Amino acid sequence: MIRLEGVSKEYAAGRPAVDNLTLEAATGEITVLVGPSGCGKTTSLRMINRMIEPTSGRILIDGRDTARVPAATLRRDIGYVIQHAGLFPHRTVLHNVMTVPRLNGWGRARAEARAREVLEMVGLPGDFGRRYPGQLSGGQQQRVGVARALASDPSVILMDEPFSAVDPVAREGLQDDILRLQAELGTTIVLVTHDIDEAIKLGHRVAVLRQGGVLAQFSSPADLLAHPADDFVADFVGRDRGYRALSFQHADVPVHPEEPVRLGQPLGRRSEEWLLAVDDGSRPQGWVVPAEVGEGPVRVEHLHRAGTVAPVDGALRALLDAALSSPSGRGVVVRDGVLAGTVRAQEVLSVIQQAPRPDGASIQGPESASATGQRP
Amino acid sequence: MIATIWAWLSDPTNWAGAGGIPAQSLEHLRLSLIALLAAALVAVPIGLYVGHTGRGRVVLVNVVSAFRAIPSLGVLFIAALLLLPHLRGNLAFELPSLIVLAVLGIPPILSGVYAGIEQVDPAARDAARGMGMTGWQRLWQVEVPCALPLICSGLRSSMMQIIATATIAAVVGLGGLGRFLIDGQANRKYDEMAGGAILVALLALVVDIVFSLVQRAVVSPGLASRGRT
Amino acid sequence: MTLLGTDLGEVAEFAAQHAYLAGVPLVLGLLISLPLGWLALRRRWLYPPVIAGTGLLYTIPSLALFVLLPGILGTQILDPVNVVVAMTLYTIALLTRTVADGLGSVPDHVRQAATAMGYGPVRRFFAVELPLAVPVVSAGLRVAAVSNVSIVSVAALIGVSQLGLLFTDGFSRSAMGPIVVGVLACVLLAVLFDLLILAVTRVLTPWLRAVRA
Ligand SMILES: Nc1ncnc2c1ncn2[C@@H]1O[C@H](COP(=O)(O)OP(=O)(O)OP(=O)(O)O)[C@@H](O)[C@H]1O
Ligand SMILES: [Mg+2]
Repeated sequence: MIRLEGVSKEYAAGRPAVDNLTLEAATGEITVLVGPSGCGKTTSLRMINRMIEPTSGRILIDGRDTARVPAATLRRDIGYVIQHAGLFPHRTVLHNVMTVPRLNGWGRARAEARAREVLEMVGLPGDFGRRYPGQLSGGQQQRVGVARALASDPSVILMDEPFSAVDPVAREGLQDDILRLQAELGTTIVLVTHDIDEAIKLGHRVAVLRQGGVLAQFSSPADLLAHPADDFVADFVGRDRGYRALSFQHADVPVHPEEPVRLGQPLGRRSEEWLLAVDDGSRPQGWVVPAEVGEGPVRVEHLHRAGTVAPVDGALRALLDAALSSPSGRGVVVRDGVLAGTVRAQEVLSVIQQAPRPDGASIQGPESASATGQRP
Repeated sequence: MIATIWAWLSDPTNWAGAGGIPAQSLEHLRLSLIALLAAALVAVPIGLYVGHTGRGRVVLVNVVSAFRAIPSLGVLFIAALLLLPHLRGNLAFELPSLIVLAVLGIPPILSGVYAGIEQVDPAARDAARGMGMTGWQRLWQVEVPCALPLICSGLRSSMMQIIATATIAAVVGLGGLGRFLIDGQANRKYDEMAGGAILVALLALVVDIVFSLVQRAVVSPGLASRGRT
Repeated sequence: MTLLGTDLGEVAEFAAQHAYLAGVPLVLGLLISLPLGWLALRRRWLYPPVIAGTGLLYTIPSLALFVLLPGILGTQILDPVNVVVAMTLYTIALLTRTVADGLGSVPDHVRQAATAMGYGPVRRFFAVELPLAVPVVSAGLRVAAVSNVSIVSVAALIGVSQLGLLFTDGFSRSAMGPIVVGVLACVLLAVLFDLLILAVTRVLTPWLRAVRA
């Protein structure tokens, strides 16, 4: 567990970058620091491995005051990942990853074996080890950065906007990998981002900081969306937080049986309505308009693929989205990829309506009007 | 013209003895390397210090550009006039020139080392610190290897400066290939002057090529492939 | 008027000759480096040979070049043209790479916008690329100017008249005065060149001042 106790940092006297911050990052969890630019996220993070010395306050890791440990020793036990990866351009990928184990006095062979292992874990097997950082894409470099932090198997990893310089598709992949690796290894991660979506996706707990390094709210993502502590947090969390909060809500929604047609076979019945086409394994493929198919078999060209597909036990957000995006108005739900039936938007909505409300969200006082983002 | 120069260059008597072409080439090389070593001993630590700590960079940048404006011939003469009366024997001819050679060789190395360290990717330095490297480890494992291309080119241009100035220094009595130019001038023998000039140019060229080969050997290929492959 | 036993009228005359020998090559070298650097940048395969070739020029020690040029050009050894040519070669050696890198530093989107507006390659070069490369080229020019002033004095060893003659003259008479005056005059001249280039750069790049202000 990492505990910040009344930690402050003043670069210039009288204007604190971080002000009396008290925070606990639980062992084996991802704690995210999020907030607008310049609010002191990086400063807070870097005080944990003493890249920046606090002006006052204490930082404890598993009860041990970090100020009592020599800075270099402390840092060798803490993984560190930064925005542009900061790989050493003159070392191969393999040697980059071997750096910390070697600093810790491991033998070459052992360090190398470990480096190959972690490179594999982040999805960069074999041949990548021989390359130089300049020969990798930005996303791959960031993976090496993560591998380098994992190499000495630290119990704590600090990450400062690790994915913000990576394109959105690569970023999703990296985020998923971090979630998977963290779950596997149980590493304690403190991650800084300015992207609230990333915070909500990755964090077990999210700390929202405001300008001057003041903690505005520290809670679970669901709680953050449901109960923003004040105007600032509400504003920061964003307009469609009501909708996003559904990502964390699960409830039973009535599933209607759906009579599908099979791809490659004739319709076999007349209908004015949209029909759902499935493949031989009953996996949904898309919607068809009977008039367009005519007498012949249903072919791929006939498919309308607009609708999204939700798992039957998915979050309310996915279910509602499936219903809203479907051309037929019937949202396709699957169980293990196989068609389970369809849901209706009204019914999902009425489930949402009946679900226990986050208190406060329904209060329509003049103050919370702005808190819910309905600004003039 | 070319025939007379060739005649001088191919005359075996010019290749023999202590004042012969091989001996003077070696002498030129020896003096230049001594001066380079002395210059490097001063410039490299200062450049590393300024680059690593960022302290005194304004002073350094200004000193380097001020040095460039000082005419080497003038300082050579000043050093010779100041020191000659106090020195005896061989040292009298070598020491003043060597000092000037070394001093003039300092600025290119200084700016190469400093600029090399300075331009190391801040993210790489930050990562090195964050993973628990000490100051020395960062310097030797990250900053110096990343700065090597610029350190090497600093050493190369310093060596070129030294070889050129060593040629001129023949006028205050220094040995080396410059002797042929200065003595030829004194004896109004253009073939000797031109032959010496060709030899000096060749020496400089060969040294530069050797240095570039060394550079290629010591600089990590990861730094060469800066862009993408 | 004299300073440290040196006639200042003579110094002024030497300084004028020195300025000519160092300044003219600066202009000539710039005029030659511009197309060379542009070519090296535009034709990628030309970059290594052009940069390496001009770089080699710089390895030739100045005294050797002063001595060899008369043989190559067919001029008298005392002819100032030798010095002008030699200094021009050094200027090219220093500037070509700077020009190539300076032009290369013009952002691609600017170049493409200019093309999209209908600039041909030549007009685009003069209207867009060259002005934007001015700061980088000017930095290179300043280095070349200062080193030219210093190198020209070496030509005194072959008897070409300029401030360097104060050095040879002083040394032959074991008189420190003229040498010190000569060094000071050289440094002063270098500073003047530097200021001149800075002033011209300022005039040519009004947008930089506007941003700073
Ligand atoms: N070395 C420093 N010296 C002086 N002030 C600093 C220094 N580092 C940061 N600050 C100031 O401290 C405040 C917090 O900076 P910090 O880098 O922690 O912000 P951040 O939340 O990480 O911002 P961003 O999202 O832009 O990275 C800012 O106002 C910044 O200007
Ligand atoms: Mg930051």
